[in-house]
Amino acid sequence: MKVSSSPFRAQLRAELQILARNGEQLLLTLIIPVMLLVFFGTTDVLPTGFDDHMDFLTPGIIALAIMSSSMVSLGIATGFERSYKVLKRLGVTPLGRPRWLAAKIVTVLLMQIVQLVILIPVALLLDWQSGNAQWLLAIGAVATGSIAFAGLGLFIAGRLRAEINLAAQNGLYLLLLLLGGMVVPFDELPAPVAAVAKCLPSGALADVLRDALVGQADRPGTSWIVLGIWAVVTPLLAARTFRWE
Amino acid sequence: MLPAPTTKVKGVSEDVPSFSRINRDEPTLVVDHLSVRYGDLVAVDAVSFSAYAGQVTAVLGPNGAGKTSTIEVCEGLRRASSGQVRVLGFDPTKDHRALANEMGVMLQEGGIYPGARPIDVVRQYCGLYGSGKNQYADPHELIDLVGLTDRQKTPWRRLSGGEKQRLSLALALASQPRMIFLDEPTSGVDVNGRTTIREIIRRLADQGVTVILATHELDEAEKICDRVIIFDKGKVLVEGTLDDVRKARRTVRLRTVRPLILDDMPDNLAGWLVEDAPCDYSIEDAPQGLVAALAVWLSERGVDVVELRTGMASLEDVFKKLTGGAS
Repeated sequence: MKVSSSPFRAQLRAELQILARNGEQLLLTLIIPVMLLVFFGTTDVLPTGFDDHMDFLTPGIIALAIMSSSMVSLGIATGFERSYKVLKRLGVTPLGRPRWLAAKIVTVLLMQIVQLVILIPVALLLDWQSGNAQWLLAIGAVATGSIAFAGLGLFIAGRLRAEINLAAQNGLYLLLLLLGGMVVPFDELPAPVAAVAKCLPSGALADVLRDALVGQADRPGTSWIVLGIWAVVTPLLAARTFRWE
Repeated sequence: MLPAPTTKVKGVSEDVPSFSRINRDEPTLVVDHLSVRYGDLVAVDAVSFSAYAGQVTAVLGPNGAGKTSTIEVCEGLRRASSGQVRVLGFDPTKDHRALANEMGVMLQEGGIYPGARPIDVVRQYCGLYGSGKNQYADPHELIDLVGLTDRQKTPWRRLSGGEKQRLSLALALASQPRMIFLDEPTSGVDVNGRTTIREIIRRLADQGVTVILATHELDEAEKICDRVIIFDKGKVLVEGTLDDVRKARRTVRLRTVRPLILDDMPDNLAGWLVEDAPCDYSIEDAPQGLVAALAVWLSERGVDVVELRTGMASLEDVFKKLTGGAS
């Protein structure tokens, strides 16, 4: 029988197996973003304020997908691993926290590659014009957003009981989906909500992705700063407060 | 159907020295004045004990006695408030990675993702212990050893309590350990499963592994352990070989045809005899000469005796006596 030749590979393989068997996470990270992209991309119900509504929608849905994989999927899985004492059990193996974290990061990255490999062709099929896209900048935005959301997801997962964590992550997902500036434009939100939304990682990531992919951002400089702050603060918070059992 | 135990526990390293070459005088686990505090609560209060290669050491104690905290310090899961611990010569905190490579751990419950399949988890754990070993433990051999071949693709959440325990034991063996900590390994396991687990544990010890067995099941412990450590209220009440611990509590059992009139007993016997049931009496920790005096008195009175027996106390008797009956 094939046994992975290093602790990291053994753990990564286990993470991917668990992910592949978890239908709810696949629904959240792949099916919902694709459904939203197809629905809003083929209807004109969203008042985007953009000449081409796909220019608004594509970066927003990518931001949503990044949030779902980095925060919700990672957070829920880690919360249950705490609850089931999987982390405690791994704590008495030679794996170590750095390799455990590396396996988690690579799992999220692989998931995001799959998300982008599906979402971008779907957007192109829906007549999104990618000619103005600055892909390197977009990758930087995705990486920074991933760090911010992963920190937030682990911060929540590291403190709450598994069932409460599950509800909190899903609730936050829904809240940011509707009010986070990813799918519904800031201008369509009530002013106080829009002001808060612009300070959230969701709105900031969607904005910098719109800057990178279509060159039509609301306030890209500020959004980069907001996203950067979240990407520094949330991992530090998670690292300081995370309880392994 | 569980497989017949093999002559060698396959998850155990071939490098482990044979039983005859094990140095039984040098302890492989040394706990020296260990204390663990949670705020104001002293869970473990300056305990000291040792365990040796090639032996099964049972750690017994009622709930909250401090045994789990002590074992978690030994495993490197928890930091000591004071005192020192050496496991296979390693400091469990500072040398955690090196120790983890040589150590197997079986948690009392959980530790596995509910949707995971036994064969996948065992393969994962064999891979986790890959670095620094000459060869990996074979996942299929481990699954076979604990009798889960037919259930290897069944998600963990659908396994019975006993099957979950046996899978947990397989994970502990994936490290090909020199030291293994087993927390309630037979809890919820059926009779056949208990026999298999007991034989695996015994063979581990015979191959030179230091086995630390934390359990509430005193009869199971009595069947397989060589040494006993009894905890209560954060302290070690007794430590020693199983025979020494039991010999320290000699008991006398007396059964008669008719009930005795205890008021007629002379002073040197009065107060020692305890009436457990009509015509059924016992004496614990009988002093020298008491049994002879009792036999003479019974003879003089012409009492018809069904049974008069002296012997070592059971581990359960010793445990109840020391801990006030808690379990």
